[in-house]
Amino acid sequence: MQTTSIVFQGSPLAHYVLARADDALVLGHRLSEWCGHAPILEEDLALTNIALDLIGQARALYTYAAELEGRGHDEDDLAYLREDRQFHNLLLLEQPNGDFAVTCVRLLLFSAFAEPYWRLMRASSDAQLAAIAAKAEKECAYHVRHASQWVIRLGDGTEESHRRTQDALDTLWVYTGELFETSADEQALIAQGIAADPQAILPIWQNTVNAVLTEATLQAPSVSWMQTGGRRGLHSEHLGHMLAEMQYLQRTYPGAEW
Amino acid sequence: MYTQALNVVTEKLGDSEAEQRFLERIDAEERIEPNDWMPEAYRRLLIRQISQHAHSEVVGMLPEGNWITRAPSLRRKAALLAKVQDEGGHGLYLYAAAETLGISREEMVEQLLSGRAKYSSIFNYPTLTWADIGAIGWLVDGAAIMNQIPLCRCSYGPYARAMIRICREESFHQRQGYEIMLTLARGTPEQKAMAQDALNRWWWPVLMMFGPPDHASQHSEASMRWKVKRFSNDTLRQKFIDATVPQAQFLGLTIPDPELRFNAETGHWETGPIDWEEFHRVLAGYGPCNKERLAARRKAHEEGAWVREAALAYAAKQKQRITQQAA
Repeated sequence: MQTTSIVFQGSPLAHYVLARADDALVLGHRLSEWCGHAPILEEDLALTNIALDLIGQARALYTYAAELEGRGHDEDDLAYLREDRQFHNLLLLEQPNGDFAVTCVRLLLFSAFAEPYWRLMRASSDAQLAAIAAKAEKECAYHVRHASQWVIRLGDGTEESHRRTQDALDTLWVYTGELFETSADEQALIAQGIAADPQAILPIWQNTVNAVLTEATLQAPSVSWMQTGGRRGLHSEHLGHMLAEMQYLQRTYPGAEW
Repeated sequence: MYTQALNVVTEKLGDSEAEQRFLERIDAEERIEPNDWMPEAYRRLLIRQISQHAHSEVVGMLPEGNWITRAPSLRRKAALLAKVQDEGGHGLYLYAAAETLGISREEMVEQLLSGRAKYSSIFNYPTLTWADIGAIGWLVDGAAIMNQIPLCRCSYGPYARAMIRICREESFHQRQGYEIMLTLARGTPEQKAMAQDALNRWWWPVLMMFGPPDHASQHSEASMRWKVKRFSNDTLRQKFIDATVPQAQFLGLTIPDPELRFNAETGHWETGPIDWEEFHRVLAGYGPCNKERLAARRKAHEEGAWVREAALAYAAKQKQRITQQAA
């Protein structure tokens, strides 16, 4: 395809799938930035594993979104040829890796949502999404376990690690409201039994996160405002830089096969 | 901490009878295991070789990691991530294999970060384009396989066993790298030029990966006697050249050596002279990326110090809690 940018034009279901693909890709990309630079070699391997799971989920979801869109796009067109306003991932996931505490807290806050989300999605009336969910749920269960163990170790480790982890939580907490938002289109998908209702996930997420924070001796911040916008394509400044790097080859050599 | 349980005591005997028995076992192709008697020089040689090998895997994550965030498709991104992860895994097995000889991983890491330990000279070259990821898989992993397949029969059991798994993964990487080169070579003119440029830059440094020529190799003799090494540097280099030249021809790429010619009598490809000065310069720390590579390892280590301290502090607290509960 000899074009440098595309605009996705699909049904509400196609957009719904695309947004979930963006979540998986953006977090997978962030985690992949750690590869070779982690605090211990075992973590280079573990974070890479999680990144690989997420990129795998993204590929399945993009492929399905492209199929639903029906305009001949493939997974790479959707990942590499859309501009940042066309991405619909959660703001939480595009936040920079920061230190290891930020990375672990971000992974916990998202995975504690993603695991029950995909568990509910196994019962989706959309067979393709239900099949993707069956695999994703198992992967996300491991992600929650891994992130929880680290947040507990760091929170209840040294004074420094406690301070860094509490700071990470204070910074990222404002992005958690977006996990539970639903648009009018999504409400319709929920009513049709295609999409899981985030409100049903909220108490499960709270239980998981609170249990980890208690064991980690950390405090859930109290905030009076949650950041929002990612699902509508209104991002932080960070996403543009991530995409500029990620999309550089595809955009420099339009139409080339790699 | 099994490293402390080793029978390092017997070494002081300097027992010629023990050494004789050891050589008989080597000649009989028996595997030497961690708790078996071994000459101190054998132990030192292996620690040096296995730890350098481990460091090479870990430093080798950096040049390829340089392209993870810019990989041109999701399939390539996943494959590259998995490959770099494999390299990290190889580093882990190899550190573990070296630990069986009585050195700790912390000590080895310290040797790397202080610049005392060496790692493969090849990782001090930069990855400038996506084609370098193809060239590394095809040539660097290809050379590594040539070197490492004989190591699967190395006399030291833990090293030999680690190499079996590593070689299997490396040959997968090599095929992946060649497939990247093939895609580029059959792609647009810019992609083909990118592939040729990568071959031009990697060819000679890859030939240097086999180490100095036989007449100048310091460690070869003992290593061959103890069946750590089975083929000389020049023999392995020649095998690699013979295997690789036809692969380059199939890609339609030109090996950057005007003197390269096929000797019909010997059946071997002969190359022009290798610039050993460059090899020694890079080993001595003056390659294009030596400083960056070590700096990146040090940065990861230093910035991760608080994480490792936290994990230790947490483990100590947990242990204390369990003891208190039991009391």
